[in-house]
Amino acid sequence: MLIAENVHKWYGKFQVLRGVSLTVSPGEVVVIMGPSGSGKSTFIRTFNALEDYQQGRIIIDGTELSADLRNIDTIRQEVGMVFQQFNLFPHLTVLQNVTLAPTYVRKWSKAKAEEVALQLLERVGILEQAQKFPGQLSGGQQQRVAIARALAMQPKIMLFDEPTSALDPEMVREVLDVMRSLAESGMTMIVVTHEVGFAREVADRIILMDEGLLVESASPIEFFQHPKEERTRKFLSQIL
Amino acid sequence: MNSKSKTQTPIAWLQRNLFNTWYNSLLTIVCFALLSWIAYGVGNWAFNKAQWEVVTSNLPLFFVGRYPADQVWRLWLVLVIVVGTIATGILNRKRRFLFILIPVCVLLILWLIGGGFFLTTVGTNLWNGLLLTLLAASISIVLAFPIGILLALGRQSSLPILRGFCTIYVELVRGLPLIGILFMAQVMLPLVLPGQIQLDRVVRAIAGLVLFNAAYLAENVRGGLQSIPRGQVEAAKALGLNTPLSLLLIVLPQALRTAIPAIVGQFISLFKDTSLLSLFALVELTGITRSILAQPEYLGRYAEVYLFIGLIYWIFCFTMSQMSRKLERKSI
Repeated sequence: MLIAENVHKWYGKFQVLRGVSLTVSPGEVVVIMGPSGSGKSTFIRTFNALEDYQQGRIIIDGTELSADLRNIDTIRQEVGMVFQQFNLFPHLTVLQNVTLAPTYVRKWSKAKAEEVALQLLERVGILEQAQKFPGQLSGGQQQRVAIARALAMQPKIMLFDEPTSALDPEMVREVLDVMRSLAESGMTMIVVTHEVGFAREVADRIILMDEGLLVESASPIEFFQHPKEERTRKFLSQIL
Repeated sequence: MNSKSKTQTPIAWLQRNLFNTWYNSLLTIVCFALLSWIAYGVGNWAFNKAQWEVVTSNLPLFFVGRYPADQVWRLWLVLVIVVGTIATGILNRKRRFLFILIPVCVLLILWLIGGGFFLTTVGTNLWNGLLLTLLAASISIVLAFPIGILLALGRQSSLPILRGFCTIYVELVRGLPLIGILFMAQVMLPLVLPGQIQLDRVVRAIAGLVLFNAAYLAENVRGGLQSIPRGQVEAAKALGLNTPLSLLLIVLPQALRTAIPAIVGQFISLFKDTSLLSLFALVELTGITRSILAQPEYLGRYAEVYLFIGLIYWIFCFTMSQMSRKLERKSI
Protein backbone atom coordinates (compact mmCIF):
# COMPACT_ATOMS: atom_id res chain seq x y z
CA MET A 1 0.00 0.00 0.00
CA LEU A 2 2.72 2.46 0.95
CA ILE A 3 6.41 2.15 0.17
CA ALA A 4 8.90 4.77 1.32
CA GLU A 5 12.43 4.12 0.10
CA ASN A 6 15.47 5.82 1.54
CA VAL A 7 13.85 9.22 2.08
CA HIS A 8 16.20 12.11 2.82
CA LYS A 9 15.11 15.63 3.69
CA TRP A 10 17.10 18.73 4.49
CA TYR A 11 15.89 22.01 5.99
CA GLY A 12 18.70 24.17 4.65
CA LYS A 13 21.82 22.57 6.08
CA PHE A 14 20.03 20.56 8.74
CA GLN A 15 19.14 17.00 7.74
CA VAL A 16 15.79 16.00 9.17
CA LEU A 17 15.36 12.62 7.52
CA ARG A 18 18.43 10.48 6.94
CA GLY A 19 17.35 7.75 4.63
CA VAL A 20 14.21 6.35 6.21
CA SER A 21 12.45 3.42 4.57
CA LEU A 22 9.08 1.98 5.40
CA THR A 23 6.68 -0.49 3.84
CA VAL A 24 3.08 -0.67 4.98
CA SER A 25 0.70 -3.39 3.83
CA PRO A 26 -3.04 -2.87 3.38
CA GLY A 27 -4.91 -3.12 6.67
CA GLU A 28 -1.76 -2.76 8.73
CA VAL A 29 -1.61 -0.40 11.70
CA VAL A 30 1.85 1.09 12.15
CA VAL A 31 2.65 3.24 15.19
CA ILE A 32 5.67 5.52 15.04
CA MET A 33 7.16 6.64 18.32
CA GLY A 34 10.23 8.61 19.22
CA PRO A 35 11.61 11.63 21.02
CA SER A 36 10.62 15.11 19.81
CA GLY A 37 12.68 16.31 16.91
CA SER A 38 13.19 12.79 15.63
CA GLY A 39 11.49 13.60 12.36
CA LYS A 40 8.48 11.32 12.80
CA SER A 41 5.89 14.03 12.03
CA THR A 42 7.96 15.26 9.11
CA PHE A 43 8.19 11.72 7.80
CA ILE A 44 4.48 11.04 7.72
CA ARG A 45 3.82 14.49 6.26
CA THR A 46 5.90 13.53 3.24
CA PHE A 47 3.28 10.89 2.45
CA ASN A 48 0.70 13.47 1.45
CA ALA A 49 3.15 16.03 0.14
CA LEU A 50 2.72 18.48 3.01
CA GLU A 51 6.49 18.21 3.21
CA ASP A 52 8.73 17.71 0.22
CA TYR A 53 11.85 15.59 0.21
CA GLN A 54 15.11 15.82 -1.67
CA GLN A 55 16.06 12.18 -2.06
CA GLY A 56 14.32 8.83 -2.15
CA ARG A 57 10.98 7.56 -3.42
CA ILE A 58 7.51 7.34 -2.01
CA ILE A 59 4.94 5.13 -3.70
CA ILE A 60 1.36 5.15 -2.47
CA ASP A 61 -1.13 2.61 -3.79
CA GLY A 62 1.01 2.08 -6.85
CA THR A 63 1.41 5.77 -7.73
CA GLU A 64 4.74 7.43 -7.21
CA LEU A 65 4.72 10.86 -5.54
CA SER A 66 6.24 13.43 -7.83
CA ALA A 67 6.29 17.20 -8.07
CA ASP A 68 3.41 17.20 -10.55
CA LEU A 69 0.52 19.07 -8.93
CA ARG A 70 -2.27 16.96 -10.38
CA ASN A 71 -0.51 13.86 -9.21
CA ILE A 72 -0.25 15.29 -5.69
CA ASP A 73 -3.93 16.22 -5.59
CA THR A 74 -4.95 12.74 -6.71
CA ILE A 75 -2.79 11.09 -4.06
CA ARG A 76 -4.11 13.41 -1.36
CA GLN A 77 -7.63 12.18 -2.07
CA GLU A 78 -6.53 8.68 -1.11
CA VAL A 79 -4.55 9.68 1.98
CA GLY A 80 -6.51 11.05 4.90
CA MET A 81 -4.83 13.02 7.67
CA VAL A 82 -5.76 13.90 11.22
CA PHE A 83 -3.76 16.70 12.83
CA GLN A 84 -2.67 17.38 16.38
CA GLN A 85 -4.44 20.77 16.32
CA PHE A 86 -7.62 19.37 14.68
CA ASN A 87 -7.60 22.16 12.04
CA LEU A 88 -11.36 22.14 11.63
CA PHE A 89 -12.79 24.98 9.53
CA PRO A 90 -14.31 27.37 12.09
CA HIS A 91 -16.63 29.17 9.71
CA LEU A 92 -18.47 25.98 8.70
CA THR A 93 -20.75 23.71 10.71
CA VAL A 94 -19.61 20.23 11.65
CA LEU A 95 -21.69 18.75 8.83
CA GLN A 96 -20.32 21.27 6.32
CA ASN A 97 -16.77 20.48 7.46
CA VAL A 98 -17.31 16.82 6.66
CA THR A 99 -19.18 17.29 3.35
CA LEU A 100 -16.89 19.99 1.93
CA ALA A 101 -14.19 17.85 0.37
CA PRO A 102 -16.44 15.10 -1.05
CA THR A 103 -18.69 17.74 -2.62
CA TYR A 104 -15.96 19.80 -4.26
CA VAL A 105 -13.20 17.24 -4.85
CA ARG A 106 -15.02 13.99 -5.50
CA LYS A 107 -17.91 15.95 -6.97
CA TRP A 108 -20.60 14.03 -5.10
CA SER A 109 -24.14 15.34 -4.99
CA LYS A 110 -25.15 17.22 -1.86
CA ALA A 111 -27.51 14.39 -0.87
CA LYS A 112 -24.88 11.69 -1.17
CA ALA A 113 -22.26 13.73 0.65
CA GLU A 114 -24.62 14.47 3.52
CA GLU A 115 -25.72 10.85 3.79
CA VAL A 116 -22.15 9.61 4.05
CA ALA A 117 -21.27 12.44 6.42
CA LEU A 118 -24.13 11.70 8.79
CA GLN A 119 -23.20 8.01 8.84
CA LEU A 120 -19.63 8.87 9.72
CA LEU A 121 -20.66 11.36 12.39
CA GLU A 122 -22.78 8.66 13.94
CA ARG A 123 -19.88 6.23 13.75
CA VAL A 124 -17.62 8.58 15.69
CA GLY A 125 -20.44 9.36 18.09
CA ILE A 126 -21.25 13.02 17.40
CA LEU A 127 -24.37 12.86 15.27
CA GLU A 128 -26.27 15.28 17.50
CA GLN A 129 -23.59 17.97 17.05
CA ALA A 130 -23.91 18.03 13.27
CA GLN A 131 -25.28 21.58 13.06
CA LYS A 132 -22.91 23.08 15.60
CA PHE A 133 -19.76 25.02 14.86
CA PRO A 134 -16.32 23.67 15.84
CA GLY A 135 -15.88 26.45 18.37
CA GLN A 136 -18.82 25.08 20.33
CA LEU A 137 -17.32 21.61 20.74
CA SER A 138 -14.82 20.17 23.19
CA GLY A 139 -11.39 19.08 22.03
CA GLY A 140 -12.26 15.41 21.97
CA GLN A 141 -15.41 16.11 19.96
CA GLN A 142 -13.48 18.28 17.52
CA GLN A 143 -10.88 15.60 16.93
CA ARG A 144 -13.59 13.05 16.28
CA VAL A 145 -15.11 15.42 13.73
CA ALA A 146 -11.66 15.72 12.17
CA ILE A 147 -11.48 11.93 11.89
CA ALA A 148 -14.93 11.83 10.28
CA ARG A 149 -13.90 14.61 7.91
CA ALA A 150 -10.85 12.67 6.76
CA LEU A 151 -12.87 9.44 6.43
CA ALA A 152 -15.51 11.17 4.31
CA MET A 153 -13.12 11.11 1.36
CA GLN A 154 -12.98 7.32 1.71
CA PRO A 155 -9.18 7.25 1.69
CA LYS A 156 -7.08 4.13 1.43
CA ILE A 157 -4.63 5.19 4.15
CA MET A 158 -5.18 7.29 7.25
CA LEU A 159 -2.32 9.27 8.77
CA PHE A 160 -2.53 10.44 12.37
CA ASP A 161 -0.06 13.09 13.56
CA GLU A 162 -0.15 12.98 17.37
CA PRO A 163 -3.96 13.06 17.41
CA THR A 164 -4.34 13.07 21.18
CA SER A 165 -1.39 15.21 22.23
CA ALA A 166 -3.45 18.40 22.42
CA LEU A 167 -6.32 16.86 24.36
CA ASP A 168 -7.18 16.85 28.02
CA PRO A 169 -6.67 13.36 29.53
CA GLU A 170 -10.42 12.70 29.92
CA MET A 171 -10.94 13.18 26.20
CA VAL A 172 -8.02 11.09 24.99
CA ARG A 173 -9.98 7.90 25.61
CA GLU A 174 -12.92 8.73 23.35
CA VAL A 175 -10.62 9.55 20.43
CA LEU A 176 -8.51 6.43 20.91
CA ASP A 177 -11.69 4.34 20.98
CA VAL A 178 -12.66 5.71 17.58
CA MET A 179 -9.19 4.97 16.24
CA ARG A 180 -9.32 1.49 17.68
CA SER A 181 -12.62 0.70 15.98
CA LEU A 182 -11.27 2.16 12.76
CA ALA A 183 -8.28 -0.19 12.96
CA GLU A 184 -10.56 -3.13 13.63
CA SER A 185 -12.56 -2.32 10.51
CA GLY A 186 -9.42 -2.90 8.45
CA MET A 187 -8.20 0.63 7.66
CA THR A 188 -4.50 1.05 6.89
CA MET A 189 -3.26 3.46 9.55
CA ILE A 190 0.04 5.15 10.30
CA VAL A 191 -0.07 6.78 13.71
CA VAL A 192 2.49 9.04 15.37
CA THR A 193 1.66 9.01 19.05
CA HIS A 194 2.96 8.80 22.60
CA GLU A 195 0.03 6.67 23.76
CA VAL A 196 1.71 3.49 24.86
CA GLY A 197 -1.55 1.70 25.71
CA PHE A 198 -2.92 2.28 22.24
CA ALA A 199 0.32 1.12 20.63
CA ARG A 200 0.40 -2.04 22.67
CA GLU A 201 -3.21 -3.01 21.96
CA VAL A 202 -3.88 -1.87 18.43
CA ALA A 203 -0.58 -1.68 16.54
CA ASP A 204 0.58 -4.43 14.22
CA ARG A 205 4.03 -2.90 14.22
CA ILE A 206 5.80 -0.23 16.24
CA ILE A 207 8.62 1.87 14.85
CA LEU A 208 11.08 3.99 16.76
CA MET A 209 12.57 7.02 15.08
CA ASP A 210 15.39 9.07 16.47
CA GLU A 211 17.39 11.90 14.84
CA GLY A 212 15.96 11.25 11.41
CA LEU A 213 16.72 7.54 11.40
CA LEU A 214 14.52 4.50 11.75
CA VAL A 215 16.00 2.80 14.76
CA GLU A 216 13.85 -0.25 15.30
CA SER A 217 10.76 -1.84 13.87
CA ALA A 218 9.05 -4.66 15.78
CA SER A 219 5.74 -6.10 16.89
CA PRO A 220 4.35 -4.57 20.09
CA ILE A 221 5.41 -7.47 22.26
CA GLU A 222 8.93 -7.49 20.87
CA PHE A 223 9.18 -3.73 21.02
CA PHE A 224 8.17 -3.27 24.62
CA GLN A 225 9.54 -6.42 26.16
CA HIS A 226 12.55 -7.41 24.07
CA PRO A 227 13.88 -4.25 22.41
CA LYS A 228 16.95 -4.95 20.30
CA GLU A 229 18.55 -1.50 20.08
CA GLU A 230 20.16 0.47 22.86
CA ARG A 231 18.35 3.64 21.83
CA THR A 232 15.04 1.82 22.01
CA ARG A 233 15.77 0.73 25.54
CA LYS A 234 16.72 4.28 26.47
CA PHE A 235 13.52 5.66 24.96
CA LEU A 236 11.37 3.06 26.71
CA SER A 237 12.97 3.80 30.04
CA GLN A 238 11.94 7.41 29.60
CA ILE A 239 8.34 6.82 28.72
CA LEU A 240 7.37 3.73 30.67
CA MET B 1 -33.74 51.28 51.76
CA ASN B 2 -31.19 48.54 51.16
CA SER B 3 -27.68 49.22 49.84
CA LYS B 4 -28.53 47.93 46.33
CA SER B 5 -31.05 50.63 45.51
CA LYS B 6 -28.75 53.25 47.00
CA THR B 7 -26.01 52.60 44.45
CA GLN B 8 -28.49 52.74 41.55
CA THR B 9 -30.05 56.18 42.00
CA PRO B 10 -28.82 58.87 39.61
CA ILE B 11 -27.73 61.14 42.42
CA ALA B 12 -25.64 58.37 43.91
CA TRP B 13 -24.08 57.73 40.51
CA LEU B 14 -23.20 61.42 40.18
CA GLN B 15 -21.73 61.41 43.64
CA ARG B 16 -19.63 58.34 42.93
CA ASN B 17 -18.31 59.20 39.51
CA LEU B 18 -18.19 62.96 39.17
CA PHE B 19 -17.94 64.35 42.68
CA ASN B 20 -16.01 61.75 44.65
CA THR B 21 -12.90 63.86 45.31
CA TRP B 22 -12.41 67.60 45.47
CA TYR B 23 -10.37 67.80 42.26
CA ASN B 24 -12.90 65.63 40.40
CA SER B 25 -15.66 67.91 41.59
CA LEU B 26 -13.72 70.95 40.42
CA LEU B 27 -13.04 69.29 37.06
CA THR B 28 -16.71 68.41 36.72
CA ILE B 29 -17.79 72.00 37.36
CA VAL B 30 -15.22 73.40 34.93
CA CYS B 31 -16.16 70.90 32.20
CA PHE B 32 -19.83 71.52 32.72
CA ALA B 33 -19.30 75.26 32.48
CA LEU B 34 -17.25 74.89 29.32
CA LEU B 35 -19.77 72.58 27.68
CA SER B 36 -22.66 74.87 28.60
CA TRP B 37 -20.87 77.87 27.17
CA ILE B 38 -20.15 76.04 23.91
CA ALA B 39 -23.66 74.65 23.70
CA TYR B 40 -25.17 78.08 24.29
CA GLY B 41 -22.93 79.63 21.67
CA VAL B 42 -23.72 76.98 19.06
CA GLY B 43 -27.42 76.86 19.92
CA ASN B 44 -27.74 80.63 19.82
CA TRP B 45 -26.08 80.76 16.45
CA ALA B 46 -28.07 77.82 15.05
CA PHE B 47 -31.47 79.13 16.08
CA ASN B 48 -31.13 82.89 15.97
CA LYS B 49 -28.31 84.08 13.76
CA ALA B 50 -27.96 81.36 11.11
CA GLN B 51 -30.01 81.59 7.97
CA TRP B 52 -30.98 78.09 6.98
CA GLU B 53 -32.84 79.14 3.83
CA VAL B 54 -29.63 78.58 1.92
CA VAL B 55 -30.00 74.90 2.75
CA THR B 56 -33.77 74.51 2.60
CA SER B 57 -34.25 76.30 -0.69
CA ASN B 58 -31.34 74.59 -2.42
CA LEU B 59 -32.09 71.02 -1.42
CA PRO B 60 -32.54 69.83 -5.02
CA LEU B 61 -29.16 71.32 -5.92
CA PHE B 62 -27.45 69.52 -3.03
CA PHE B 63 -28.91 66.20 -3.98
CA VAL B 64 -28.98 66.14 -7.77
CA GLY B 65 -27.37 69.37 -8.90
CA ARG B 66 -28.28 70.46 -12.41
CA TYR B 67 -29.99 67.21 -13.40
CA PRO B 68 -32.92 68.14 -15.68
CA ALA B 69 -35.93 68.65 -13.42
CA ASP B 70 -38.32 66.77 -15.70
CA GLN B 71 -36.09 63.67 -15.61
CA VAL B 72 -35.66 63.52 -11.85
CA TRP B 73 -38.36 60.85 -11.64
CA ARG B 74 -35.73 58.47 -13.03
CA LEU B 75 -33.57 59.14 -9.98
CA TRP B 76 -36.49 58.37 -7.67
CA LEU B 77 -36.80 55.05 -9.50
CA VAL B 78 -33.10 54.41 -8.91
CA LEU B 79 -33.61 55.05 -5.20
CA VAL B 80 -36.48 52.58 -5.14
CA ILE B 81 -34.36 49.93 -6.89
CA VAL B 82 -31.46 50.44 -4.46
CA VAL B 83 -33.63 50.27 -1.36
CA GLY B 84 -35.49 47.29 -2.77
CA THR B 85 -32.28 45.37 -3.52
CA ILE B 86 -30.86 46.06 -0.08
CA ALA B 87 -34.12 45.00 1.55
CA THR B 88 -34.27 41.72 -0.39
CA GLY B 89 -30.63 41.11 0.41
CA ILE B 90 -31.22 41.52 4.13
CA LEU B 91 -34.53 39.74 4.38
CA ASN B 92 -33.76 36.76 2.19
CA ARG B 93 -31.68 33.92 3.60
CA LYS B 94 -30.61 32.47 0.27
CA ARG B 95 -27.94 34.62 -1.32
CA ARG B 96 -27.45 32.82 -4.64
CA PHE B 97 -29.87 34.93 -6.70
CA LEU B 98 -28.07 38.11 -5.66
CA PHE B 99 -25.27 37.17 -8.03
CA ILE B 100 -27.65 37.71 -10.93
CA LEU B 101 -29.85 40.41 -9.42
CA ILE B 102 -27.10 42.85 -8.51
CA PRO B 103 -25.38 43.15 -11.91
CA VAL B 104 -28.80 43.53 -13.55
CA CYS B 105 -29.72 46.30 -11.10
CA VAL B 106 -26.41 48.03 -11.67
CA LEU B 107 -26.96 48.13 -15.41
CA LEU B 108 -30.53 49.27 -14.88
CA ILE B 109 -29.43 52.08 -12.58
CA LEU B 110 -26.72 53.27 -14.95
CA TRP B 111 -29.21 53.31 -17.80
CA LEU B 112 -31.75 55.24 -15.76
CA ILE B 113 -29.21 57.86 -14.70
CA GLY B 114 -27.39 58.29 -17.97
CA GLY B 115 -30.10 57.68 -20.52
CA GLY B 116 -29.73 56.30 -24.01
CA PHE B 117 -32.08 53.87 -25.76
CA PHE B 118 -35.53 55.14 -24.86
CA LEU B 119 -34.61 57.76 -22.28
CA THR B 120 -33.16 61.18 -23.01
CA THR B 121 -29.42 61.22 -22.48
CA VAL B 122 -28.25 63.21 -19.48
CA GLY B 123 -24.59 64.09 -19.86
CA THR B 124 -22.17 63.27 -17.05
CA ASN B 125 -21.47 66.94 -16.47
CA LEU B 126 -25.05 67.22 -15.27
CA TRP B 127 -24.55 64.47 -12.70
CA ASN B 128 -23.99 66.66 -9.69
CA GLY B 129 -24.29 66.80 -5.95
CA LEU B 130 -24.97 63.82 -3.77
CA LEU B 131 -25.88 61.80 -6.87
CA LEU B 132 -22.33 61.99 -8.18
CA THR B 133 -20.84 61.36 -4.74
CA LEU B 134 -22.87 58.20 -4.29
CA LEU B 135 -22.26 57.01 -7.83
CA ALA B 136 -18.50 57.56 -7.72
CA ALA B 137 -18.20 56.04 -4.25
CA SER B 138 -20.28 52.93 -4.99
CA ILE B 139 -18.63 52.14 -8.30
CA SER B 140 -15.16 52.70 -6.84
CA ILE B 141 -15.92 50.47 -3.85
CA VAL B 142 -17.31 47.71 -6.03
CA LEU B 143 -14.32 47.77 -8.37
CA ALA B 144 -11.53 48.35 -5.84
CA PHE B 145 -12.55 45.48 -3.56
CA PRO B 146 -11.95 42.51 -5.90
CA ILE B 147 -8.82 44.16 -7.32
CA GLY B 148 -7.54 44.60 -3.77
CA ILE B 149 -8.17 40.94 -3.00
CA LEU B 150 -6.35 39.86 -6.17
CA LEU B 151 -3.41 42.10 -5.32
CA ALA B 152 -3.21 40.65 -1.80
CA LEU B 153 -3.30 37.10 -3.13
CA GLY B 154 -0.78 37.97 -5.83
CA ARG B 155 1.57 39.34 -3.23
CA GLN B 156 1.61 35.96 -1.52
CA SER B 157 1.95 33.96 -4.69
CA SER B 158 4.89 31.71 -5.38
CA LEU B 159 5.33 33.10 -8.90
CA PRO B 160 8.08 35.73 -8.58
CA ILE B 161 6.91 38.02 -11.41
CA LEU B 162 3.38 38.17 -10.04
CA ARG B 163 4.55 38.71 -6.52
CA GLY B 164 7.01 41.39 -7.62
CA PHE B 165 4.40 43.24 -9.65
CA CYS B 166 1.82 43.25 -6.86
CA THR B 167 4.34 44.34 -4.24
CA ILE B 168 5.71 47.16 -6.38
CA TYR B 169 2.21 48.35 -7.28
CA VAL B 170 1.01 48.42 -3.69
CA GLU B 171 4.13 50.08 -2.27
CA LEU B 172 4.23 52.64 -5.08
CA VAL B 173 0.59 53.68 -4.80
CA ARG B 174 0.67 53.79 -1.02
CA GLY B 175 3.47 56.33 -1.19
CA LEU B 176 1.53 58.78 -3.36
CA PRO B 177 -1.19 61.19 -2.25
CA LEU B 178 -4.66 60.57 -3.61
CA ILE B 179 -4.85 64.00 -5.14
CA GLY B 180 -1.69 63.26 -7.11
CA ILE B 181 -3.16 60.04 -8.43
CA LEU B 182 -6.45 61.70 -9.34
CA PHE B 183 -4.52 64.39 -11.18
CA MET B 184 -2.48 61.80 -13.03
CA ALA B 185 -5.64 59.93 -13.93
CA GLN B 186 -7.27 63.07 -15.34
CA VAL B 187 -4.24 64.19 -17.30
CA MET B 188 -2.30 61.06 -18.16
CA LEU B 189 -4.97 58.52 -19.00
CA PRO B 190 -5.93 60.36 -22.21
CA LEU B 191 -2.24 60.45 -23.17
CA VAL B 192 -1.74 56.77 -22.53
CA LEU B 193 -4.80 55.52 -24.39
CA PRO B 194 -5.10 55.63 -28.19
CA GLY B 195 -6.56 58.86 -29.52
CA GLN B 196 -9.95 57.55 -30.55
CA ILE B 197 -10.94 56.54 -27.02
CA GLN B 198 -12.25 59.56 -25.18
CA LEU B 199 -12.66 58.77 -21.52
CA ASP B 200 -15.28 60.65 -19.65
CA ARG B 201 -13.95 62.74 -16.76
CA VAL B 202 -16.06 60.80 -14.29
CA VAL B 203 -14.58 57.56 -15.59
CA ARG B 204 -11.07 58.93 -15.20
CA ALA B 205 -11.80 60.05 -11.65
CA ILE B 206 -13.27 56.66 -10.73
CA ALA B 207 -10.22 54.96 -12.25
CA GLY B 208 -7.99 57.06 -10.01
CA LEU B 209 -10.05 56.24 -6.91
CA VAL B 210 -10.06 52.54 -7.75
CA LEU B 211 -6.30 52.36 -8.37
CA PHE B 212 -5.60 54.16 -5.11
CA ASN B 213 -7.95 52.26 -2.85
CA ALA B 214 -7.17 48.85 -4.33
CA ALA B 215 -3.63 49.18 -2.96
CA TYR B 216 -4.84 49.99 0.56
CA LEU B 217 -7.50 47.30 0.48
CA ALA B 218 -4.82 44.84 -0.62
CA GLU B 219 -2.91 45.52 2.57
CA ASN B 220 -6.03 45.17 4.70
CA VAL B 221 -6.85 41.84 3.09
CA ARG B 222 -3.23 40.73 3.43
CA GLY B 223 -3.50 41.38 7.16
CA GLY B 224 -6.52 39.12 7.25
CA LEU B 225 -4.72 36.46 5.21
CA GLN B 226 -1.81 36.45 7.62
CA SER B 227 -4.12 35.86 10.54
CA ILE B 228 -5.15 32.45 9.18
CA PRO B 229 -3.25 29.63 10.94
CA ARG B 230 -1.14 27.49 8.62
CA GLY B 231 -3.02 24.43 9.78
CA GLN B 232 -6.13 25.59 7.92
CA VAL B 233 -4.38 25.49 4.56
CA GLU B 234 -2.69 22.19 5.47
CA ALA B 235 -6.01 20.61 6.37
CA ALA B 236 -7.55 21.86 3.12
CA LYS B 237 -4.65 20.47 1.11
CA ALA B 238 -4.70 17.16 2.98
CA LEU B 239 -8.33 16.75 1.94
CA GLY B 240 -7.33 17.12 -1.70
CA LEU B 241 -8.56 20.70 -2.24
CA ASN B 242 -6.43 22.43 -4.83
CA THR B 243 -5.16 25.98 -4.32
CA PRO B 244 -8.06 27.90 -5.95
CA LEU B 245 -10.65 25.85 -4.03
CA SER B 246 -8.87 26.15 -0.70
CA LEU B 247 -8.55 29.91 -1.22
CA LEU B 248 -12.19 30.33 -2.15
CA LEU B 249 -13.76 28.03 0.44
CA ILE B 250 -11.41 28.15 3.41
CA VAL B 251 -8.92 31.02 3.36
CA LEU B 252 -10.80 34.00 1.93
CA PRO B 253 -14.01 33.58 3.96
CA GLN B 254 -12.00 33.62 7.17
CA ALA B 255 -9.51 36.28 6.06
CA LEU B 256 -12.17 38.70 4.86
CA ARG B 257 -14.15 38.31 8.05
CA THR B 258 -11.10 39.23 10.09
CA ALA B 259 -10.37 42.19 7.84
CA ILE B 260 -13.92 43.63 7.90
CA PRO B 261 -13.13 46.55 10.26
CA ALA B 262 -10.13 47.62 8.18
CA ILE B 263 -11.94 47.14 4.88
CA VAL B 264 -15.05 49.10 5.85
CA GLY B 265 -12.78 51.78 7.31
CA GLN B 266 -11.20 52.07 3.90
CA PHE B 267 -14.62 52.30 2.25
CA ILE B 268 -15.58 55.13 4.60
CA SER B 269 -12.35 56.91 3.68
CA LEU B 270 -13.11 56.39 0.01
CA PHE B 271 -16.55 57.88 0.41
CA LYS B 272 -15.18 61.04 1.94
CA ASP B 273 -12.34 61.20 -0.58
CA THR B 274 -14.87 61.71 -3.37
CA SER B 275 -14.92 65.31 -2.16
CA LEU B 276 -11.55 65.73 -3.89
CA LEU B 277 -13.31 65.32 -7.23
CA SER B 278 -14.54 68.88 -6.80
CA LEU B 279 -10.99 70.00 -7.57
CA PHE B 280 -11.26 68.49 -11.03
CA ALA B 281 -14.42 70.27 -12.13
CA LEU B 282 -16.55 67.28 -11.15
CA VAL B 283 -19.31 68.85 -9.18
CA GLU B 284 -20.27 66.42 -6.45
CA LEU B 285 -21.59 67.23 -3.00
CA THR B 286 -18.62 69.37 -1.95
CA GLY B 287 -18.32 70.97 -5.35
CA ILE B 288 -21.94 72.02 -5.54
CA THR B 289 -21.44 74.25 -2.49
CA ARG B 290 -19.48 76.64 -4.67
CA SER B 291 -22.40 77.03 -7.07
CA ILE B 292 -24.78 77.48 -4.15
CA LEU B 293 -22.64 80.03 -2.41
CA ALA B 294 -22.16 81.94 -5.65
CA GLN B 295 -25.85 82.85 -5.63
CA PRO B 296 -26.12 86.56 -4.67
CA GLU B 297 -28.68 86.06 -1.92
CA TYR B 298 -26.56 83.42 -0.22
CA LEU B 299 -23.10 84.96 -0.32
CA GLY B 300 -21.12 84.21 2.78
CA ARG B 301 -23.38 81.50 4.20
CA TYR B 302 -20.46 79.11 4.47
CA ALA B 303 -21.19 77.76 7.92
CA GLU B 304 -24.72 76.58 7.19
CA VAL B 305 -23.78 74.99 3.91
CA TYR B 306 -20.72 73.17 5.17
CA LEU B 307 -22.47 72.03 8.30
CA PHE B 308 -25.21 70.60 6.14
CA ILE B 309 -22.95 68.64 3.83
CA GLY B 310 -20.93 67.61 6.86
CA LEU B 311 -24.12 66.13 8.26
CA ILE B 312 -24.83 64.28 5.03
CA TYR B 313 -21.31 62.81 4.89
CA TRP B 314 -21.60 61.83 8.53
CA ILE B 315 -24.93 60.07 8.03
CA PHE B 316 -23.53 57.88 5.26
CA CYS B 317 -20.25 57.15 7.03
CA PHE B 318 -21.99 56.33 10.28
CA THR B 319 -24.37 53.99 8.45
CA MET B 320 -21.42 52.19 6.90
CA SER B 321 -19.79 51.96 10.30
CA GLN B 322 -22.92 50.44 11.83
CA MET B 323 -23.24 47.97 8.97
CA SER B 324 -19.64 46.97 9.58
CA ARG B 325 -20.40 46.21 13.22
CA LYS B 326 -23.42 44.17 12.22
CA LEU B 327 -21.31 42.19 9.74
CA GLU B 328 -18.66 41.52 12.36
CA ARG B 329 -21.16 40.28 14.87
CA LYS B 330 -22.91 38.11 12.36
CA SER B 331 -19.73 36.23 11.43
CA ILE B 332 -18.80 33.39 13.66
